[in-house]
Amino acid sequence: MSGSEFLSLAATISLGVLTFAFLLTTIRIVIGRTLPDRVLALDLLVAIGIAYIAVGAISTGYFLYLDIAISLGLVGFLATVAFARFILHRGKTNREYEVKESDKAKEETAK
Amino acid sequence: MIVQILQYIAGGLILIGSLFSLLAAVGILRLPDLYTRMHAVSKAGTMGAGLMFIAIAVVSFEGAVILRALAGFVFLFLTMPVSAHLLARSSLMAGYKPSSMTDIKDLDVNELEE
Repeated sequence: MSGSEFLSLAATISLGVLTFAFLLTTIRIVIGRTLPDRVLALDLLVAIGIAYIAVGAISTGYFLYLDIAISLGLVGFLATVAFARFILHRGKTNREYEVKESDKAKEETAK
Repeated sequence: MIVQILQYIAGGLILIGSLFSLLAAVGILRLPDLYTRMHAVSKAGTMGAGLMFIAIAVVSFEGAVILRALAGFVFLFLTMPVSAHLLARSSLMAGYKPSSMTDIKDLDVNELEE
């Protein structure tokens, strides 16, 4: 197997793995339970998106995509900072603090 | 010959990077609370995206592209842990408690509730 064949095979496999990671992160965003959980999952989603764009740049050969990846990283960082300030000023809401039955059972076994 | 070797290295790097991203996603799904999930995002997630930038720098053979890829790598490694730490700090200040399995010696969690 030549180098370029191996590279395109690796790009295909890693796109599949990244898709699976994207799916798992989306499940966390949907079930969430609290707002900071969702913000953290969105942060990871941006990181996986950067990885997607980088693999796309390698497999197509258009290295101009690199600039898009860097600017997506900038936007994701600013979004997370803004959400962190929002969480700090909003405080927690009571609705998010219903302790689940399974967590109570875990506490009992821990004691 | 050297091109072939560099292409093999880049292929290995993007495979390892995608596995790191998958580990981060499994961690964010399986770990018990926000503060432990932050480990998965700020370490494994950063490494996953950063290795892709290194792979571009290895395979591109252009000075400008290599410089931009390394700049993106450094930028990612500076910003991702900072944003995770900022989010952890503000959610702790807002009153989101850690999981009951967490054992904190230096911080009294009950003091945070006002």
